[in-house]
Amino acid sequence: MSTGNMNLTLKIWRQKNTKTNGKLVDYKLSEISPDMSFLEMFDVLNEQLISKGDEPVVFDHDCREGICGACSMFINGRPHGPKEGITTCQLHMRSFKDGDTIVVEPWRAKAFPVIKDLTVDRTAFDRVIAAGGFISVNTGNAQDANSLPIPKVQADSAFEAAACIGCGACVATCKNASAMLFVSAKISQLAQLPQGQPERYRRVQSMVAQMDAEGFGNCTNTGACEAECPKGISLENIARMNRDFLSAKFVSEEDI
Amino acid sequence: MASFGNAFSSSIGKKLIMGITGLFLISFLLVHCFINSLIFVNDGGLTFNVGAHFMATNWLIRAMEVVLMAGLLAHIIQGLRLVFQNQAARPVKYAVTNGAANSKWYSRSMGLLGTILLIFLVVHLSDFWVVSRFTGIPTHDTAGHEDLYAVMIVRFQTPWVVAIYVLAMISLAYHLLHGFASAFQTLGWNHKKYTPIIKAAGVWFSIIISILFAAMPVAIYTGLIK
Repeated sequence: MSTGNMNLTLKIWRQKNTKTNGKLVDYKLSEISPDMSFLEMFDVLNEQLISKGDEPVVFDHDCREGICGACSMFINGRPHGPKEGITTCQLHMRSFKDGDTIVVEPWRAKAFPVIKDLTVDRTAFDRVIAAGGFISVNTGNAQDANSLPIPKVQADSAFEAAACIGCGACVATCKNASAMLFVSAKISQLAQLPQGQPERYRRVQSMVAQMDAEGFGNCTNTGACEAECPKGISLENIARMNRDFLSAKFVSEEDI
Repeated sequence: MASFGNAFSSSIGKKLIMGITGLFLISFLLVHCFINSLIFVNDGGLTFNVGAHFMATNWLIRAMEVVLMAGLLAHIIQGLRLVFQNQAARPVKYAVTNGAANSKWYSRSMGLLGTILLIFLVVHLSDFWVVSRFTGIPTHDTAGHEDLYAVMIVRFQTPWVVAIYVLAMISLAYHLLHGFASAFQTLGWNHKKYTPIIKAAGVWFSIIISILFAAMPVAIYTGLIK
């Protein structure tokens, strides 16, 4: 079905399971269309591997619309590849040249163990959310739109934080494998809205404690996460999390 | 009973210690640079020795010297711990990384730059601090003050010593270029109006402080200051 003219060499991380060691394996692909998405190119590769009786490359993907956060490839040293503001499924082969060698690795972090090939276990993120990324009230029916006035700037800022899709690119690209951009986004989306206030200082302490327990590294403010985030989550969120955490620890009288 | 819990051992607490001690060391650099810049008066060290005498005898300065050493040690120990912990957070490394695409090299090399500064500090402290505090300054100037200036003049006649100092100040410039603004971000002081000012102040501070410090051994070696 492929009708393009691109010839590529892929170096793909193959790993049988969490317990075994993996290695980069070379694959040659020809007649790749520049209009294919990166994942479609992987589909072509996998079709070929299956028809040869080889094991296909396992990789995460779901919506293929750039909004679910499932796809997670580290391409030529960058999460989601060379373009900015997109996930791997929105990366197209026209971003590469004929004859290119493309190295594809899984997210690498102690907290994200490889399950198989390019798929990693990101449930550490779920456990951080479960530790406090919610509000413990029954919200009931939808309220009147203007019953809770929220300043526009604040609503926008909360919304921008809520755009985080939890893909883990921030952890993947951080030299310290720190999850602070993700955690701070999940804290900020609630910390700026009235519904999030009652548990605000409890939440930040529980979520940071869970983040530390998962074995993520410590933030050193390189800004790599912000630059690579497909949803443009800002470092301002990390500062807000730090502020809330320090207020909770040094001002609040409540113990967590 | 309420307590501070894991305030300091948490990831944010560790950053807090780096940020606060970092800002404190920046305030020290400011004082150190101001006093040392008295050599540029170029009066054979008379003014500089008055400054050095004040720094050596004022009780507040001496008390702060103890705090400074504690802050410096905390910054070094915590910094090294962070380097090792952060390396452990990624046990399997990438085959290919492209850090230049998303961050500054010096932001990613704070551990390395800090280690260079630590090695420099060993040289620097044994050159001057040990002499002025423990082994004693051998001579006095014409005004009767201990002649620390003369110790400097002698030390900076050796080319490789001057080279070490200049290289260390280049490391300091890059260390501060990241560290100055980073400390404020860590403390949570990110603000649309103030952050651009802090960032600009950080750049100017890093460049001016480092050039002034590096100019001292160079000026003495080249004989501009006698």
